[in-house]
Amino acid sequence: MNELRVFIADDEAPARARLRELLADVSGELATTVVGEAASGLEVIERLPASAARILLLDIQMPGMGGIELARHLCALENAPAVIFVTAHDRHAVEAFELNALDYLMKPVRADRLVAALRKARGSTPAGAAGAERLERAATGAREFFSIVDRNRIALVPVSDVLILKAELKYVTLRTKSGDHLIEEPLVSIEREFADRFVRVHRNCLVARAAIRGFERTAGGGEEDPHWSVVLEGIEERMPVSRRMWPAVKAVLAEGKQ
Amino acid sequence: MPSIRQNPYPEALPDFRNLGITARALVAVNLLALIAALLAVPEWTAMMDAFVMRAARFEPPLIGSLALLYALAPWLLRFAYWSGCALVIAVVLAFAAGTHALLGDVTPGGIARTLVLAAACAAFVLAYLRLHTKAHSPALAEARLQALQARIRPHFLFNSLNAVLSLIRHDPKRAERTLEDLADLFRALMSDGRSLARLADEVSLIERYAAIEQLRLGERLRMSWELDDAPMDAMLPALVLQPLLENAVYHGVEPGTGVGDVLVRIERRGDRVKVRIENPWIVPSAGSRPGNHMALDNIRERLMLFFDDEARLESRVDGDRYQVDIEIPYRTVAA
Repeated sequence: MNELRVFIADDEAPARARLRELLADVSGELATTVVGEAASGLEVIERLPASAARILLLDIQMPGMGGIELARHLCALENAPAVIFVTAHDRHAVEAFELNALDYLMKPVRADRLVAALRKARGSTPAGAAGAERLERAATGAREFFSIVDRNRIALVPVSDVLILKAELKYVTLRTKSGDHLIEEPLVSIEREFADRFVRVHRNCLVARAAIRGFERTAGGGEEDPHWSVVLEGIEERMPVSRRMWPAVKAVLAEGKQ
Repeated sequence: MPSIRQNPYPEALPDFRNLGITARALVAVNLLALIAALLAVPEWTAMMDAFVMRAARFEPPLIGSLALLYALAPWLLRFAYWSGCALVIAVVLAFAAGTHALLGDVTPGGIARTLVLAAACAAFVLAYLRLHTKAHSPALAEARLQALQARIRPHFLFNSLNAVLSLIRHDPKRAERTLEDLADLFRALMSDGRSLARLADEVSLIERYAAIEQLRLGERLRMSWELDDAPMDAMLPALVLQPLLENAVYHGVEPGTGVGDVLVRIERRGDRVKVRIENPWIVPSAGSRPGNHMALDNIRERLMLFFDDEARLESRVDGDRYQVDIEIPYRTVAA
């Protein structure tokens, strides 16, 4: 018998127990097997890929990382599961958060709704680009993590650890105190999403606003014009500031000092 | 239920133990005297002298009456509004007569004039305070409405129902208990937020609330209660503690990944009741739960409506803890 592989993610133990019970209740109509459970977003990232789950029942409000952001990271997985959101929000809030475009169930979940959602999700193809776009619209704020997907594994880099983002060809290098990571996202969309965290200092470079400690004047020599460089906390490297960006970057430091 | 303080129901005597009321009475009478001096004396310098001279006459009965009314406040509440007013005026007249007898007659007209003036002042102040209370009634109704809207998070109700559903098969007894807790909680939440409640009742309410949250969150929520010195007979506006505890759980425990310690401490210090609610401080992330200022503002407003300037509500972040402190005067039901 071909059982549908389901992964349950909810931070409340009773809520997970309830979903297990319901899945068992409806096994006559739709055979499922629970292949994993997690109580936080990070646990899902850790356990889901190995579980080979087809369906993820995902609570939207979870500590550490919310369900929407989690689903955005999962989209890039090679065998991304179909995501059914579960929420205790009322309909009003669901509309406000633009979750309408997504598949969601409201808590307490009813058995018939669960079956309908599972059937629909089983038939659908994994989220893909269209799904990612819908999720982006439903997100209420900037992400907390960047994700680096390696076939069927996800590594997370907290956005707050990133000091420098540098665009090189089709990749962006994330520079943190502990090392570099490559992601495949346009610098422009990162700049837009994290406008209050990073500031552009150069055509191909963003730096963390909070890490700016000062500026150095670099004397020109050879073909190089004299220019300003930004000094960042926790990292030796100096990033050159382009003449066009200089006023905006200087203003950031002045803001911070007030 | 017997209501003590500056009562939201219109026809009640002002609360003479309230600093705000006392201050208003003092200012009102002094203003009257100042106006009288202005009318009587044309020159500015002489006017001040006239005011000071008058002050020597009216301050003793004014302060004496307020002191006596402070002492009599609980007893006065037994009377209906108009008889209460008559008693207040009688107190003022007694002091005025006493002062007159001690200091003698400086203005012509004898004791009859002194008494008429005193009664007029007292009636004026009472009328002013009555208007003041009336003016605040719409604010009170509004605050009540806001309270109703602010203090129930649908999120809490649905998650709790979900938790009960998960219990029904394996632990029916606990499911029953939880539903009873929910029923009590909602009965209280749907009741009239204008009234005062005994601290004992409010504490049992938040204990029920905590039991439900405990069921949902398990070991992620660690409650500590410091209630040994809590004056359980103290009165406070209903439903002040529950939203604060709900905030503590919603902002301090649910978004956290580890164990969240929540502290509830209630104690009596002299004639003050102090409440401290503490939870882990979790820096709100972008796009996360909206701040709790609405709930705090709402509670502050209701405390002010009941206790005027004698209530305090403060919140602060102290290291990795978020603290809310409430201080209200210690009052029990008027015996």
